[in-house]
Amino acid sequence: MIGYVARRLVDLVFVLLGVSVLVFLMVRFIPGDAVEIMLGANTDITPDRVAALRHGLGLDLPIHVQYWNWLTGVLHGDLGTSIWTGRPVADEILARAPATLEITLLALALALVLALPLGVVSARARGSAGDLVVRLLSIVGLTLPTFWVGVLMLLVFSLYLPGWPAIGYVPFATQPLGNLARMALPVVAVSLPMIAGLTRILRSSLLEVLGSDYVRTARSKGLAERPVLYKHALRNALIPVVTVIGVQLGYLLSGVVVIEQVFAIPGIGRLIIGAINQRNYPLIQGIVLVITAVFVVVNLLVDLAYAWIDPRVEYE
Amino acid sequence: MANVGRFFVRLRHNRVGLLGFVLATLVLGAALLGPWLTQVDPLRQNVLARFQGPSLGHLLGTDNFGRDTLARILYGYRTSIAVSFGAVALSTLLGSTIGLLAAYLGGWIDRLLMRLMDVLLAFPIILLAIAVLAVLGPGGTNTALAIGVVYTPIFARLARGPALTVLSWDYVAAARAVGASGGRIVLRHVLPNILAPILVQTTLSLSTAILVEASLSFLGLGTQPPTPSLGLMLSQSRDYMLISPWVSIFSGLAILLASLGFNLFGDGMRDLLDPTLRGRDV
Repeated sequence: MIGYVARRLVDLVFVLLGVSVLVFLMVRFIPGDAVEIMLGANTDITPDRVAALRHGLGLDLPIHVQYWNWLTGVLHGDLGTSIWTGRPVADEILARAPATLEITLLALALALVLALPLGVVSARARGSAGDLVVRLLSIVGLTLPTFWVGVLMLLVFSLYLPGWPAIGYVPFATQPLGNLARMALPVVAVSLPMIAGLTRILRSSLLEVLGSDYVRTARSKGLAERPVLYKHALRNALIPVVTVIGVQLGYLLSGVVVIEQVFAIPGIGRLIIGAINQRNYPLIQGIVLVITAVFVVVNLLVDLAYAWIDPRVEYE
Repeated sequence: MANVGRFFVRLRHNRVGLLGFVLATLVLGAALLGPWLTQVDPLRQNVLARFQGPSLGHLLGTDNFGRDTLARILYGYRTSIAVSFGAVALSTLLGSTIGLLAAYLGGWIDRLLMRLMDVLLAFPIILLAIAVLAVLGPGGTNTALAIGVVYTPIFARLARGPALTVLSWDYVAAARAVGASGGRIVLRHVLPNILAPILVQTTLSLSTAILVEASLSFLGLGTQPPTPSLGLMLSQSRDYMLISPWVSIFSGLAILLASLGFNLFGDGMRDLLDPTLRGRDV
Protein backbone atom coordinates (compact mmCIF):
# COMPACT_ATOMS: atom_id res chain seq x y z
CA MET A 1 0.00 0.00 0.00
CA ILE A 2 2.79 2.45 0.90
CA GLY A 3 4.53 1.69 -2.39
CA TYR A 4 1.26 2.27 -4.21
CA VAL A 5 0.69 5.60 -2.49
CA ALA A 6 4.25 6.68 -3.27
CA ARG A 7 3.86 5.76 -6.93
CA ARG A 8 0.58 7.63 -7.17
CA LEU A 9 2.19 10.69 -5.59
CA VAL A 10 5.00 10.63 -8.17
CA ASP A 11 2.37 10.36 -10.93
CA LEU A 12 0.54 13.27 -9.34
CA VAL A 13 3.63 15.49 -9.48
CA PHE A 14 4.16 14.64 -13.18
CA VAL A 15 0.54 15.32 -14.07
CA LEU A 16 0.54 18.62 -12.16
CA LEU A 17 3.77 19.67 -13.88
CA GLY A 18 2.20 18.82 -17.24
CA VAL A 19 -0.92 20.79 -16.33
CA SER A 20 1.21 23.76 -15.29
CA VAL A 21 3.13 23.70 -18.60
CA LEU A 22 -0.12 23.65 -20.61
CA VAL A 23 -1.66 26.42 -18.54
CA PHE A 24 1.54 28.46 -18.83
CA LEU A 25 1.67 27.96 -22.60
CA MET A 26 -2.02 28.94 -22.97
CA VAL A 27 -1.19 32.58 -23.53
CA ARG A 28 1.42 31.72 -26.23
CA PHE A 29 -1.21 29.86 -28.26
CA ILE A 30 -3.38 32.97 -28.61
CA PRO A 31 -3.38 34.00 -32.27
CA GLY A 32 -1.91 37.50 -32.50
CA ASP A 33 -0.16 39.51 -29.82
CA ALA A 34 -1.53 38.51 -26.43
CA VAL A 35 -0.49 41.79 -24.84
CA GLU A 36 -2.33 43.92 -27.37
CA ILE A 37 -5.38 41.65 -27.07
CA MET A 38 -5.32 41.98 -23.29
CA LEU A 39 -5.21 45.75 -23.59
CA GLY A 40 -7.91 45.40 -26.26
CA ALA A 41 -10.77 47.45 -24.89
CA ASN A 42 -8.56 50.34 -23.78
CA THR A 43 -8.51 53.12 -26.31
CA ASP A 44 -5.23 54.65 -25.25
CA ILE A 45 -2.88 51.88 -26.35
CA THR A 46 0.54 53.38 -26.70
CA PRO A 47 3.72 51.46 -27.54
CA ASP A 48 4.91 52.43 -24.06
CA ARG A 49 1.92 50.81 -22.36
CA VAL A 50 2.28 47.66 -24.47
CA ALA A 51 5.97 47.46 -23.57
CA ALA A 52 5.19 48.13 -19.91
CA LEU A 53 2.60 45.35 -19.71
CA ARG A 54 4.88 43.01 -21.66
CA HIS A 55 7.63 43.71 -19.17
CA GLY A 56 5.22 43.52 -16.24
CA LEU A 57 4.10 40.06 -17.34
CA GLY A 58 7.72 39.05 -17.95
CA LEU A 59 6.98 38.32 -21.60
CA ASP A 60 10.26 39.89 -22.75
CA LEU A 61 12.32 37.11 -21.11
CA PRO A 62 13.36 33.76 -22.68
CA ILE A 63 10.47 31.31 -22.45
CA HIS A 64 12.06 28.80 -20.07
CA VAL A 65 12.98 31.64 -17.71
CA GLN A 66 9.40 32.87 -17.92
CA TYR A 67 8.08 29.43 -17.04
CA TRP A 68 10.52 29.05 -14.15
CA ASN A 69 9.63 32.45 -12.72
CA TRP A 70 5.94 31.75 -13.12
CA LEU A 71 6.16 28.27 -11.56
CA THR A 72 8.20 29.40 -8.54
CA GLY A 73 5.69 32.21 -8.08
CA VAL A 74 2.78 29.75 -8.24
CA LEU A 75 4.43 27.47 -5.70
CA HIS A 76 4.69 30.46 -3.37
CA GLY A 77 1.01 31.20 -3.83
CA ASP A 78 1.61 34.01 -6.32
CA LEU A 79 -0.70 33.41 -9.28
CA GLY A 80 -0.05 36.81 -10.82
CA THR A 81 -2.16 39.93 -10.95
CA SER A 82 -5.61 40.37 -12.41
CA ILE A 83 -5.20 42.79 -15.32
CA TRP A 84 -8.42 44.70 -14.77
CA THR A 85 -8.63 45.00 -11.00
CA GLY A 86 -4.92 44.94 -10.23
CA ARG A 87 -5.63 42.57 -7.34
CA PRO A 88 -3.70 39.34 -6.86
CA VAL A 89 -5.32 36.48 -8.80
CA ALA A 90 -5.12 34.27 -5.71
CA ASP A 91 -7.26 36.77 -3.76
CA GLU A 92 -9.85 36.97 -6.54
CA ILE A 93 -10.14 33.17 -6.57
CA LEU A 94 -10.31 32.87 -2.78
CA ALA A 95 -13.07 35.48 -2.66
CA ARG A 96 -15.18 33.44 -5.11
CA ALA A 97 -14.30 29.95 -3.91
CA PRO A 98 -16.78 29.61 -1.01
CA ALA A 99 -19.91 29.78 -3.17
CA THR A 100 -18.62 27.22 -5.68
CA LEU A 101 -17.32 24.95 -2.96
CA GLU A 102 -20.60 25.10 -1.07
CA ILE A 103 -22.74 24.16 -4.09
CA THR A 104 -20.38 21.34 -5.01
CA LEU A 105 -20.23 19.82 -1.53
CA LEU A 106 -23.97 20.16 -0.89
CA ALA A 107 -24.74 18.60 -4.28
CA LEU A 108 -22.35 15.73 -3.55
CA ALA A 109 -23.97 15.16 -0.16
CA LEU A 110 -27.48 15.30 -1.64
CA ALA A 111 -26.50 12.86 -4.38
CA LEU A 112 -25.10 10.36 -1.89
CA VAL A 113 -28.05 10.68 0.49
CA LEU A 114 -30.58 10.08 -2.29
CA ALA A 115 -28.70 7.64 -4.52
CA LEU A 116 -28.00 5.08 -1.79
CA PRO A 117 -31.62 4.36 -0.81
CA LEU A 118 -32.81 4.66 -4.42
CA GLY A 119 -30.23 2.16 -5.64
CA VAL A 120 -30.98 -0.29 -2.82
CA VAL A 121 -34.75 -0.09 -3.26
CA SER A 122 -34.46 -0.41 -7.01
CA ALA A 123 -32.21 -3.47 -6.80
CA ARG A 124 -34.31 -5.17 -4.11
CA ALA A 125 -37.57 -4.59 -5.95
CA ARG A 126 -36.05 -5.62 -9.27
CA GLY A 127 -38.63 -5.76 -12.06
CA SER A 128 -41.32 -3.92 -10.07
CA ALA A 129 -43.01 -0.73 -11.18
CA GLY A 130 -40.90 1.25 -8.70
CA ASP A 131 -37.71 -0.24 -10.10
CA LEU A 132 -38.79 0.66 -13.62
CA VAL A 133 -39.51 4.26 -12.62
CA VAL A 134 -36.14 4.60 -10.88
CA ARG A 135 -34.35 3.07 -13.89
CA LEU A 136 -36.09 5.33 -16.41
CA LEU A 137 -35.46 8.42 -14.30
CA SER A 138 -31.82 7.48 -13.85
CA ILE A 139 -31.35 7.18 -17.62
CA VAL A 140 -33.01 10.52 -18.30
CA GLY A 141 -31.21 12.12 -15.35
CA LEU A 142 -27.82 11.31 -16.85
CA THR A 143 -28.49 13.38 -19.95
CA LEU A 144 -30.46 16.16 -18.28
CA PRO A 145 -29.13 19.63 -19.16
CA THR A 146 -28.82 20.92 -15.58
CA PHE A 147 -28.86 24.58 -16.66
CA TRP A 148 -32.25 23.93 -18.28
CA VAL A 149 -33.55 22.38 -15.05
CA GLY A 150 -32.26 25.48 -13.26
CA VAL A 151 -34.08 27.80 -15.67
CA LEU A 152 -37.33 25.85 -15.29
CA MET A 153 -36.99 25.93 -11.50
CA LEU A 154 -36.53 29.69 -11.59
CA LEU A 155 -39.60 29.95 -13.79
CA VAL A 156 -41.76 27.83 -11.50
CA PHE A 157 -40.55 29.56 -8.34
CA SER A 158 -41.04 33.07 -9.70
CA LEU A 159 -44.58 32.17 -10.79
CA TYR A 160 -45.75 30.25 -7.72
CA LEU A 161 -43.36 31.24 -4.91
CA PRO A 162 -42.38 34.79 -5.85
CA GLY A 163 -41.19 35.46 -2.28
CA TRP A 164 -38.49 32.79 -2.45
CA PRO A 165 -34.96 34.25 -2.68
CA ALA A 166 -33.98 32.16 -5.69
CA ILE A 167 -31.12 34.25 -7.06
CA GLY A 168 -27.76 35.43 -5.79
CA TYR A 169 -25.63 34.45 -2.84
CA VAL A 170 -25.24 35.41 0.81
CA PRO A 171 -22.58 33.82 3.03
CA PHE A 172 -23.77 31.17 5.44
CA ALA A 173 -21.96 32.90 8.30
CA THR A 174 -24.00 36.11 8.02
CA GLN A 175 -27.39 34.69 6.94
CA PRO A 176 -27.64 30.92 7.41
CA LEU A 177 -31.26 30.60 6.28
CA GLY A 178 -30.91 33.03 3.39
CA ASN A 179 -27.83 31.12 2.28
CA LEU A 180 -29.55 27.73 2.33
CA ALA A 181 -32.67 29.09 0.62
CA ARG A 182 -30.54 30.43 -2.24
CA MET A 183 -28.49 27.25 -2.44
CA ALA A 184 -31.49 24.91 -2.62
CA LEU A 185 -32.41 25.28 -6.29
CA PRO A 186 -28.92 25.24 -7.84
CA VAL A 187 -27.86 22.34 -5.62
CA VAL A 188 -30.87 20.23 -6.58
CA ALA A 189 -30.38 21.06 -10.28
CA VAL A 190 -26.69 20.16 -10.49
CA SER A 191 -27.01 17.04 -8.36
CA LEU A 192 -29.62 15.35 -10.58
CA PRO A 193 -27.19 13.72 -13.06
CA MET A 194 -25.00 12.55 -10.18
CA ILE A 195 -28.00 11.08 -8.33
CA ALA A 196 -28.94 9.29 -11.55
CA GLY A 197 -25.42 8.02 -12.21
CA LEU A 198 -24.76 6.79 -8.67
CA THR A 199 -28.20 5.16 -8.38
CA ARG A 200 -27.63 3.30 -11.61
CA ILE A 201 -24.21 2.02 -10.63
CA LEU A 202 -25.29 1.00 -7.14
CA ARG A 203 -28.31 -0.84 -8.54
CA SER A 204 -26.30 -2.88 -11.04
CA SER A 205 -23.46 -3.63 -8.64
CA LEU A 206 -25.87 -4.61 -5.86
CA LEU A 207 -27.69 -6.95 -8.25
CA GLU A 208 -24.38 -8.53 -9.17
CA VAL A 209 -23.36 -8.97 -5.52
CA LEU A 210 -26.79 -10.32 -4.52
CA GLY A 211 -26.34 -13.05 -7.11
CA SER A 212 -22.90 -14.05 -5.84
CA ASP A 213 -21.98 -17.24 -3.98
CA TYR A 214 -21.19 -15.71 -0.63
CA VAL A 215 -24.58 -14.00 -0.44
CA ARG A 216 -26.21 -17.35 -1.21
CA THR A 217 -24.11 -18.88 1.60
CA ALA A 218 -25.19 -16.16 4.01
CA ARG A 219 -28.81 -16.75 3.11
CA SER A 220 -28.58 -20.54 3.29
CA LYS A 221 -27.10 -20.46 6.76
CA GLY A 222 -30.39 -18.85 7.77
CA LEU A 223 -29.38 -15.21 8.02
CA ALA A 224 -32.26 -12.76 7.79
CA GLU A 225 -32.51 -10.64 4.65
CA ARG A 226 -31.58 -7.40 6.44
CA PRO A 227 -28.15 -8.44 7.69
CA VAL A 228 -27.48 -10.17 4.38
CA LEU A 229 -28.20 -6.95 2.56
CA TYR A 230 -26.60 -4.41 4.86
CA LYS A 231 -23.72 -6.38 6.40
CA HIS A 232 -22.69 -8.50 3.45
CA ALA A 233 -23.98 -7.25 0.12
CA LEU A 234 -24.08 -3.47 0.40
CA ARG A 235 -20.51 -3.05 1.59
CA ASN A 236 -19.14 -4.74 -1.49
CA ALA A 237 -21.67 -3.16 -3.79
CA LEU A 238 -20.53 0.31 -2.67
CA ILE A 239 -17.01 -0.18 -4.02
CA PRO A 240 -17.87 0.62 -7.67
CA VAL A 241 -19.81 3.65 -6.41
CA VAL A 242 -16.67 5.01 -4.77
CA THR A 243 -14.61 4.51 -7.92
CA VAL A 244 -16.93 6.62 -10.06
CA ILE A 245 -17.26 9.47 -7.57
CA GLY A 246 -14.05 11.01 -8.92
CA VAL A 247 -15.34 10.98 -12.49
CA GLN A 248 -18.76 12.18 -11.36
CA LEU A 249 -17.16 15.09 -9.50
CA GLY A 250 -15.76 16.31 -12.82
CA TYR A 251 -19.24 16.38 -14.33
CA LEU A 252 -20.61 17.96 -11.17
CA LEU A 253 -18.06 20.75 -11.34
CA SER A 254 -18.96 21.37 -14.99
CA GLY A 255 -22.58 21.67 -13.95
CA VAL A 256 -21.71 24.11 -11.17
CA VAL A 257 -19.77 26.41 -13.53
CA VAL A 258 -22.87 26.75 -15.73
CA ILE A 259 -25.50 26.84 -12.98
CA GLU A 260 -23.75 29.84 -11.38
CA GLN A 261 -24.70 31.75 -14.55
CA VAL A 262 -28.35 30.73 -14.17
CA PHE A 263 -28.71 31.73 -10.52
CA ALA A 264 -26.31 34.71 -10.60
CA ILE A 265 -24.07 33.14 -7.97
CA PRO A 266 -20.71 34.92 -7.63
CA GLY A 267 -18.56 31.78 -7.74
CA ILE A 268 -15.57 30.58 -9.74
CA GLY A 269 -17.76 29.86 -12.79
CA ARG A 270 -18.90 33.45 -13.12
CA LEU A 271 -15.38 34.64 -12.38
CA ILE A 272 -13.88 32.72 -15.31
CA ILE A 273 -16.64 33.70 -17.73
CA GLY A 274 -16.12 37.33 -16.79
CA ALA A 275 -12.37 36.89 -17.16
CA ILE A 276 -12.80 35.48 -20.66
CA ASN A 277 -15.04 38.35 -21.74
CA GLN A 278 -12.38 40.77 -20.45
CA ARG A 279 -9.54 38.67 -21.91
CA ASN A 280 -8.01 38.70 -18.46
CA TYR A 281 -5.54 35.89 -19.11
CA PRO A 282 -3.66 35.82 -15.78
CA LEU A 283 -6.99 35.32 -14.04
CA ILE A 284 -8.09 32.61 -16.51
CA GLN A 285 -4.78 30.80 -16.08
CA GLY A 286 -4.99 31.02 -12.30
CA ILE A 287 -8.53 29.62 -12.17
CA VAL A 288 -7.79 26.76 -14.58
CA LEU A 289 -4.63 25.85 -12.68
CA VAL A 290 -6.14 25.98 -9.19
CA ILE A 291 -9.35 24.11 -10.05
CA THR A 292 -7.49 21.43 -11.98
CA ALA A 293 -4.97 20.96 -9.17
CA VAL A 294 -7.77 20.58 -6.62
CA PHE A 295 -9.57 18.21 -8.96
CA VAL A 296 -6.47 16.04 -9.48
CA VAL A 297 -5.76 15.83 -5.74
CA VAL A 298 -9.39 14.97 -4.93
CA ASN A 299 -9.34 12.26 -7.57
CA LEU A 300 -6.18 10.82 -6.06
CA LEU A 301 -7.81 10.80 -2.61
CA VAL A 302 -10.84 8.99 -4.05
CA ASP A 303 -8.54 6.39 -5.63
CA LEU A 304 -6.64 5.92 -2.38
CA ALA A 305 -9.90 5.60 -0.47
CA TYR A 306 -10.94 2.96 -2.95
CA ALA A 307 -7.71 1.03 -2.50
CA TRP A 308 -8.14 1.28 1.26
CA ILE A 309 -11.76 0.08 1.23
CA ASP A 310 -11.12 -2.77 -1.16
CA PRO A 311 -7.97 -4.71 -0.23
CA ARG A 312 -8.32 -6.78 -3.40
CA VAL A 313 -7.17 -3.87 -5.53
CA GLU A 314 -3.91 -4.79 -7.14
CA TYR A 315 -1.28 -2.13 -6.94
CA GLU A 316 0.39 -2.94 -10.24
CA MET B 1 -22.46 -5.36 -44.19
CA ALA B 2 -23.89 -8.64 -42.93
CA ASN B 3 -22.70 -7.62 -39.48
CA VAL B 4 -24.54 -4.33 -39.68
CA GLY B 5 -27.72 -6.19 -40.68
CA ARG B 6 -27.37 -8.60 -37.79
CA PHE B 7 -26.79 -5.69 -35.42
CA PHE B 8 -30.10 -4.12 -36.35
CA VAL B 9 -31.96 -7.45 -36.11
CA ARG B 10 -30.69 -7.76 -32.54
CA LEU B 11 -31.38 -4.08 -31.82
CA ARG B 12 -35.09 -4.79 -32.40
CA HIS B 13 -35.08 -6.85 -29.23
CA ASN B 14 -33.25 -4.23 -27.18
CA ARG B 15 -36.08 -1.81 -26.42
CA VAL B 16 -33.97 0.89 -24.82
CA GLY B 17 -31.40 0.78 -27.61
CA LEU B 18 -34.14 0.86 -30.22
CA LEU B 19 -35.79 3.89 -28.60
CA GLY B 20 -32.38 5.59 -28.61
CA PHE B 21 -31.84 4.71 -32.26
CA VAL B 22 -35.25 6.17 -33.21
CA LEU B 23 -34.62 9.37 -31.20
CA ALA B 24 -31.10 9.79 -32.57
CA THR B 25 -32.34 9.22 -36.13
CA LEU B 26 -35.09 11.80 -35.67
CA VAL B 27 -32.60 14.36 -34.36
CA LEU B 28 -30.16 13.59 -37.18
CA GLY B 29 -33.01 13.83 -39.68
CA ALA B 30 -34.07 17.18 -38.25
CA ALA B 31 -30.50 18.42 -38.49
CA LEU B 32 -29.93 17.20 -42.04
CA LEU B 33 -33.35 18.00 -43.50
CA GLY B 34 -34.14 21.10 -41.40
CA PRO B 35 -34.35 23.58 -44.29
CA TRP B 36 -36.67 21.22 -46.19
CA LEU B 37 -38.89 20.40 -43.20
CA THR B 38 -39.84 24.02 -42.61
CA GLN B 39 -40.42 26.83 -45.05
CA VAL B 40 -39.97 29.35 -42.27
CA ASP B 41 -36.79 31.39 -42.07
CA PRO B 42 -35.43 30.97 -38.51
CA LEU B 43 -34.05 34.52 -38.60
CA ARG B 44 -37.21 36.27 -39.89
CA GLN B 45 -38.57 38.63 -37.28
CA ASN B 46 -42.21 39.58 -36.90
CA VAL B 47 -43.04 42.14 -34.20
CA LEU B 48 -46.76 41.43 -34.54
CA ALA B 49 -46.27 37.77 -33.63
CA ARG B 50 -44.05 38.01 -30.55
CA PHE B 51 -44.24 35.77 -27.45
CA GLN B 52 -46.78 33.37 -28.94
CA GLY B 53 -47.60 30.00 -27.43
CA PRO B 54 -47.95 26.85 -29.53
CA SER B 55 -50.57 27.22 -32.28
CA LEU B 56 -51.25 25.84 -35.76
CA GLY B 57 -49.38 28.73 -37.32
CA HIS B 58 -46.37 28.31 -35.03
CA LEU B 59 -46.36 24.76 -33.64
CA LEU B 60 -43.90 25.61 -30.86
CA GLY B 61 -44.72 29.32 -30.61
CA THR B 62 -42.48 32.34 -31.22
CA ASP B 63 -39.77 34.27 -29.35
CA ASN B 64 -39.29 37.92 -28.37
CA PHE B 65 -38.64 38.89 -32.01
CA GLY B 66 -41.57 36.85 -33.32
CA ARG B 67 -39.22 34.26 -34.77
CA ASP B 68 -40.65 30.75 -35.18
CA THR B 69 -39.36 28.46 -32.39
CA LEU B 70 -39.77 25.22 -34.35
CA ALA B 71 -37.73 26.57 -37.26
CA ARG B 72 -35.09 27.83 -34.85
CA ILE B 73 -34.89 24.44 -33.11
CA LEU B 74 -34.54 22.63 -36.45
CA TYR B 75 -31.70 24.98 -37.45
CA GLY B 76 -30.34 24.78 -33.90
CA TYR B 77 -30.06 21.02 -34.31
CA ARG B 78 -28.03 21.63 -37.47
CA THR B 79 -25.52 23.70 -35.48
CA SER B 80 -25.54 21.39 -32.49
CA ILE B 81 -25.11 18.22 -34.56
CA ALA B 82 -22.46 19.79 -36.82
CA VAL B 83 -20.38 20.90 -33.82
CA SER B 84 -20.85 17.65 -31.86
CA PHE B 85 -20.15 15.39 -34.84
CA GLY B 86 -17.12 17.47 -35.81
CA ALA B 87 -15.80 17.32 -32.25
CA VAL B 88 -16.36 13.59 -31.82
CA ALA B 89 -14.97 12.80 -35.29
CA LEU B 90 -11.84 14.77 -34.44
CA SER B 91 -11.37 13.08 -31.07
CA THR B 92 -12.13 9.60 -32.43
CA LEU B 93 -9.61 9.92 -35.26
CA LEU B 94 -6.93 11.71 -33.28
CA GLY B 95 -7.41 9.68 -30.10
CA SER B 96 -7.50 6.29 -31.81
CA THR B 97 -4.44 7.19 -33.88
CA ILE B 98 -2.52 8.22 -30.77
CA GLY B 99 -3.62 5.08 -28.90
CA LEU B 100 -2.70 2.77 -31.79
CA LEU B 101 0.66 4.50 -32.32
CA ALA B 102 1.46 4.29 -28.62
CA ALA B 103 0.56 0.59 -28.51
CA TYR B 104 2.43 -0.29 -31.70
CA LEU B 105 5.58 1.77 -31.15
CA GLY B 106 5.85 1.20 -27.40
CA GLY B 107 8.88 2.44 -25.47
CA TRP B 108 9.37 6.13 -24.75
CA ILE B 109 6.95 7.28 -27.45
CA ASP B 110 4.21 5.25 -25.77
CA ARG B 111 5.07 6.73 -22.37
CA LEU B 112 5.29 10.27 -23.71
CA LEU B 113 1.98 10.11 -25.60
CA MET B 114 0.06 8.52 -22.78
CA ARG B 115 1.49 10.90 -20.17
CA LEU B 116 0.30 13.76 -22.35
CA MET B 117 -3.14 12.15 -22.46
CA ASP B 118 -3.08 11.80 -18.65
CA VAL B 119 -2.40 15.52 -18.37
CA LEU B 120 -5.34 16.36 -20.66
CA LEU B 121 -7.57 14.00 -18.68
CA ALA B 122 -6.60 15.77 -15.46
CA PHE B 123 -8.62 18.88 -16.41
CA PRO B 124 -12.33 18.94 -15.62
CA ILE B 125 -14.09 18.67 -19.00
CA ILE B 126 -15.79 22.04 -19.14
CA LEU B 127 -12.79 23.89 -17.75
CA LEU B 128 -10.47 22.57 -20.47
CA ALA B 129 -13.03 23.41 -23.14
CA ILE B 130 -13.39 26.92 -21.68
CA ALA B 131 -9.60 27.31 -21.60
CA VAL B 132 -9.30 26.27 -25.26
CA LEU B 133 -12.06 28.71 -26.21
CA ALA B 134 -10.36 31.45 -24.18
CA VAL B 135 -7.33 30.96 -26.43
CA LEU B 136 -9.08 30.45 -29.78
CA GLY B 137 -12.00 32.81 -29.22
CA PRO B 138 -15.70 31.87 -29.29
CA GLY B 139 -17.54 30.35 -32.26
CA GLY B 140 -18.90 27.09 -33.62
CA THR B 141 -15.73 25.76 -35.26
CA ASN B 142 -13.62 26.58 -32.23
CA THR B 143 -16.17 24.89 -29.97
CA ALA B 144 -15.86 21.72 -32.07
CA LEU B 145 -12.06 21.96 -31.77
CA ALA B 146 -12.26 22.53 -28.02
CA ILE B 147 -14.58 19.57 -27.37
CA GLY B 148 -12.50 17.47 -29.78
CA VAL B 149 -9.32 18.17 -27.78
CA VAL B 150 -11.10 17.43 -24.50
CA TYR B 151 -12.37 14.02 -25.70
CA THR B 152 -9.17 12.90 -27.45
CA PRO B 153 -7.51 11.22 -24.41
CA ILE B 154 -10.63 9.11 -23.80
CA PHE B 155 -10.23 7.53 -27.23
CA ALA B 156 -6.45 7.23 -26.95
CA ARG B 157 -6.84 5.18 -23.76
CA LEU B 158 -9.70 3.19 -25.20
CA ALA B 159 -7.67 2.25 -28.28
CA ARG B 160 -4.32 1.57 -26.62
CA GLY B 161 -5.32 -1.11 -24.09
CA PRO B 162 -7.12 -3.52 -26.44
CA ALA B 163 -4.56 -2.79 -29.17
CA LEU B 164 -1.78 -4.02 -26.87
CA THR B 165 -3.73 -7.24 -26.30
CA VAL B 166 -4.36 -7.83 -29.99
CA LEU B 167 -0.71 -7.10 -30.84
CA SER B 168 0.32 -9.97 -28.59
CA TRP B 169 -1.89 -12.48 -30.40
CA ASP B 170 -0.37 -15.19 -32.56
CA TYR B 171 -1.87 -14.12 -35.82
CA VAL B 172 -0.24 -10.71 -35.56
CA ALA B 173 3.08 -12.51 -35.14
CA ALA B 174 2.12 -14.59 -38.18
CA ALA B 175 1.35 -11.44 -40.17
CA ARG B 176 4.74 -10.03 -39.15
CA ALA B 177 6.42 -13.29 -40.14
CA VAL B 178 5.03 -13.11 -43.66
CA GLY B 179 6.38 -9.57 -43.90
CA ALA B 180 3.30 -7.38 -43.35
CA SER B 181 4.20 -3.72 -42.84
CA GLY B 182 3.50 -1.91 -39.58
CA GLY B 183 0.72 0.14 -41.15
CA ARG B 184 -0.92 -2.98 -42.55
CA ILE B 185 -0.76 -4.78 -39.21
CA VAL B 186 -2.32 -1.89 -37.34
CA LEU B 187 -5.03 -1.09 -39.92
CA ARG B 188 -5.93 -4.58 -41.12
CA HIS B 189 -5.34 -6.71 -38.05
CA VAL B 190 -5.54 -4.55 -34.94
CA LEU B 191 -8.09 -1.86 -35.78
CA PRO B 192 -11.01 -4.17 -36.76
CA ASN B 193 -10.60 -6.02 -33.46
CA ILE B 194 -10.82 -2.94 -31.28
CA LEU B 195 -13.53 -1.16 -33.26
CA ALA B 196 -16.55 -2.19 -31.16
CA PRO B 197 -15.69 -0.30 -27.95
CA ILE B 198 -14.58 2.71 -30.01
CA LEU B 199 -17.92 2.81 -31.86
CA VAL B 200 -19.82 2.57 -28.58
CA GLN B 201 -17.75 5.37 -27.05
CA THR B 202 -18.23 7.49 -30.18
CA THR B 203 -22.02 7.28 -29.78
CA LEU B 204 -21.92 7.95 -26.04
CA SER B 205 -19.54 10.87 -26.61
CA LEU B 206 -21.98 12.39 -29.09
CA SER B 207 -24.55 12.41 -26.30
CA THR B 208 -22.28 14.32 -23.92
CA ALA B 209 -20.82 16.52 -26.68
CA ILE B 210 -24.34 17.79 -27.42
CA LEU B 211 -24.67 18.75 -23.74
CA VAL B 212 -21.23 20.39 -23.60
CA GLU B 213 -21.89 22.34 -26.80
CA ALA B 214 -25.21 23.54 -25.39
CA SER B 215 -23.52 24.51 -22.09
CA LEU B 216 -20.78 26.47 -23.86
CA SER B 217 -23.30 28.26 -26.08
CA PHE B 218 -25.41 28.95 -23.01
CA LEU B 219 -22.33 30.59 -21.44
CA GLY B 220 -21.90 32.69 -24.57
CA LEU B 221 -18.62 31.00 -25.56
CA GLY B 222 -19.96 28.62 -28.21
CA THR B 223 -22.06 29.38 -31.26
CA GLN B 224 -22.49 33.12 -31.74
CA PRO B 225 -25.71 34.93 -32.72
CA PRO B 226 -27.51 35.18 -35.06
CA THR B 227 -26.78 31.49 -35.85
CA PRO B 228 -29.61 29.54 -34.20
CA SER B 229 -28.22 27.43 -31.37
CA LEU B 230 -30.14 25.55 -28.69
CA GLY B 231 -27.93 26.67 -25.79
CA LEU B 232 -28.05 30.27 -26.92
CA MET B 233 -31.85 30.14 -27.40
CA LEU B 234 -32.27 28.87 -23.85
CA SER B 235 -29.91 31.52 -22.50
CA GLN B 236 -31.64 34.42 -24.26
CA SER B 237 -35.14 33.14 -23.50
CA ARG B 238 -34.53 33.75 -19.80
CA ASP B 239 -34.97 37.48 -20.32
CA TYR B 240 -38.64 37.12 -21.22
CA MET B 241 -39.53 33.76 -19.71
CA LEU B 242 -42.13 35.28 -17.38
CA ILE B 243 -43.91 36.81 -20.38
CA SER B 244 -43.66 33.65 -22.48
CA PRO B 245 -41.93 30.51 -21.20
CA TRP B 246 -42.23 28.46 -24.40
CA VAL B 247 -38.79 29.03 -25.87
CA SER B 248 -37.18 28.15 -22.52
CA ILE B 249 -39.20 24.95 -22.31
CA PHE B 250 -38.81 23.75 -25.89
CA SER B 251 -35.15 24.63 -26.46
CA GLY B 252 -34.09 22.73 -23.32
CA LEU B 253 -36.33 19.81 -24.21
CA ALA B 254 -34.71 19.69 -27.64
CA ILE B 255 -31.25 19.45 -26.04
CA LEU B 256 -32.44 16.69 -23.69
CA LEU B 257 -34.01 14.61 -26.49
CA ALA B 258 -30.87 14.79 -28.64
CA SER B 259 -28.54 13.88 -25.81
CA LEU B 260 -30.87 11.18 -24.51
CA GLY B 261 -31.25 9.61 -27.97
CA PHE B 262 -27.51 9.14 -28.53
CA ASN B 263 -27.01 7.99 -24.93
CA LEU B 264 -29.69 5.28 -25.15
CA PHE B 265 -28.47 4.18 -28.58
CA GLY B 266 -24.89 3.98 -27.31
CA ASP B 267 -26.06 1.98 -24.31
CA GLY B 268 -27.94 -0.44 -26.54
CA MET B 269 -24.90 -0.73 -28.80
CA ARG B 270 -22.72 -1.59 -25.83
CA ASP B 271 -25.12 -4.34 -24.78
CA LEU B 272 -25.17 -5.81 -28.27
CA LEU B 273 -21.54 -5.42 -29.30
CA ASP B 274 -19.85 -6.18 -26.02
CA PRO B 275 -21.85 -8.45 -23.72
CA THR B 276 -19.09 -8.41 -21.08
CA LEU B 277 -19.75 -4.73 -20.44
CA ARG B 278 -23.49 -5.18 -19.99
CA GLY B 279 -24.94 -3.05 -17.23
CA ARG B 280 -21.63 -1.44 -16.41
CA ASP B 281 -21.29 2.32 -16.42
CA VAL B 282 -18.32 4.19 -17.73
